[in-house]
Amino acid sequence: MLFTTEEILETIRMVQIERLDIRTITLGLDLLDLRRETVRETAFSISEKLKGVTRDFLDIIKKVELEYGIPIVNKRVAITPVSLLISSKDEKDYLYLAKELDKTAEEIGLDFIGGYTTFLEYEISESDKAFLKAIPCILNETNRLCASIVVASTRGGINVDAIKEVSYIILETAKLKTNPVTCAKLIVMCNPPPDNPFMAGAFHGIKRGEKILDVGISGPGTVRAALERLPKDSSLIDVAEEIKRVAFKITRAGEFIGKEIAKRLNINFGSVDISLAPTPEEEDSVGKIMERIGLEFIGAPGSTAILFLVNDAIKRGGFMASSSVGGLSGTFIPVSEDKSIAEAVSCGALTLEKLEALTNVCSVGLDMIPIPGDVDPYTLMGIILDEMAIGVMANKTTAVRILPVPGGKPGEWVELGGLLGKAPIISVNSFSCRGVFERGGRIPPPISSFRN
Amino acid sequence: MNKAIITVMGLDHTGIVAGISSVLADFGVNILDITQTIMGDMFVMVVLVDVTPLDDLSPLVEKLSKEAEKLKVKVSLEREEIFRAMHRI
Repeated sequence: MLFTTEEILETIRMVQIERLDIRTITLGLDLLDLRRETVRETAFSISEKLKGVTRDFLDIIKKVELEYGIPIVNKRVAITPVSLLISSKDEKDYLYLAKELDKTAEEIGLDFIGGYTTFLEYEISESDKAFLKAIPCILNETNRLCASIVVASTRGGINVDAIKEVSYIILETAKLKTNPVTCAKLIVMCNPPPDNPFMAGAFHGIKRGEKILDVGISGPGTVRAALERLPKDSSLIDVAEEIKRVAFKITRAGEFIGKEIAKRLNINFGSVDISLAPTPEEEDSVGKIMERIGLEFIGAPGSTAILFLVNDAIKRGGFMASSSVGGLSGTFIPVSEDKSIAEAVSCGALTLEKLEALTNVCSVGLDMIPIPGDVDPYTLMGIILDEMAIGVMANKTTAVRILPVPGGKPGEWVELGGLLGKAPIISVNSFSCRGVFERGGRIPPPISSFRN
Repeated sequence: MNKAIITVMGLDHTGIVAGISSVLADFGVNILDITQTIMGDMFVMVVLVDVTPLDDLSPLVEKLSKEAEKLKVKVSLEREEIFRAMHRI
């Protein structure tokens, strides 16, 4: 036999019991050649191209899923940022294009389409204003389109005025139909990677080619199960070693499946994002991994160090396994999507401030966090500003995906449904930072970003 | 040659090997290697097969699942390359 029975059973166990899956297959598409005289013509040509390119996309994925026995959860498309496709001072144009994109994604059968994206770290143009103004309506009237707004970068600094604008947009988006879930499709970012396969922040980076396939793997369940098999008194070095070994195997599986699909679609393979991405399933949890290593709850003192250990061990295994590691490749700590993280918030072990601290050592940032809907807009601005500062200074991706809950009070649980899970509304520090935003302007980039 | 690995697990009883191999014969799938072990009271069988003649594996997977249900065992089929990717450097 080519493999031992133990090796074969390990793979089967990882998939069938420990919930190893390919979290997302994301097809990146360049649409810069489709800019036309009018928005209607542009939208039409985009829709035609999307339908043409994805003709065999879902069928091939289904076939590969069956032949290799690994579930592929999400099928997505990331497009050239919309802010580069049209430039208009009328928000109705953005709404029109957004609805057409959403309709096309639905017709094709995609789970999500990402790329309602703009970059504001330097300035907000007149067309950006219209782009932003359309967001509350777009996110409330579409289902599959995801929006991302870049307000900071290590090279550009932080646009404080943009954070102000975006905070009002987030509050209005939640309020329009009193539905906090709409804000799960909106993310504010610093240093976004051009090959992120995960939503809501996916867009097709400039000059990444005509078509490219990126893949996001996920296996918190496999890591947790491996740690459970490790003796309780194993040292932290052994813990890191075990995580590294699992990360190697799941990355190899993800890269293989991604390359196989790319080959059958006859397009280039891009990158594999090795992020640990939890789901609300009991065992598929990053919080549980942290508990297994020795914390009562994620959020207890020591959590930042343990998250750093986990995140780094994943990278060591992942980078050994594949030369195409890309995207975010960190550890996700989305509050509502991870049962044990939501419970840690509920019992008071994990606060917003500690979540912010954790984002120093993993990627992503403040993710899927319900906050009271009557939050002072300046408080929301301050929360985003601090998270952007971490990303700018540490030269890494950080993001904020926060869900204001109209009428919600701290401690009340919010059911978001499906893979988005549920979480308690978190308390926010309401001491004011208004003076900072009344000054406005930009925070210049850090001196450390000038490396020439 | 396109190879796949079929894994069969369940409580040990007579007829498991016969049931699975007759499905394979119906599809013209040749068995290249076969190992079986008992882990506790669990029967585990691993079959390496040649699936080159099949363009589409889904009818075989469907038939194997039906047979497994009859035999009260769990069966899964994966193409061999995934094991190579995960377990060989």
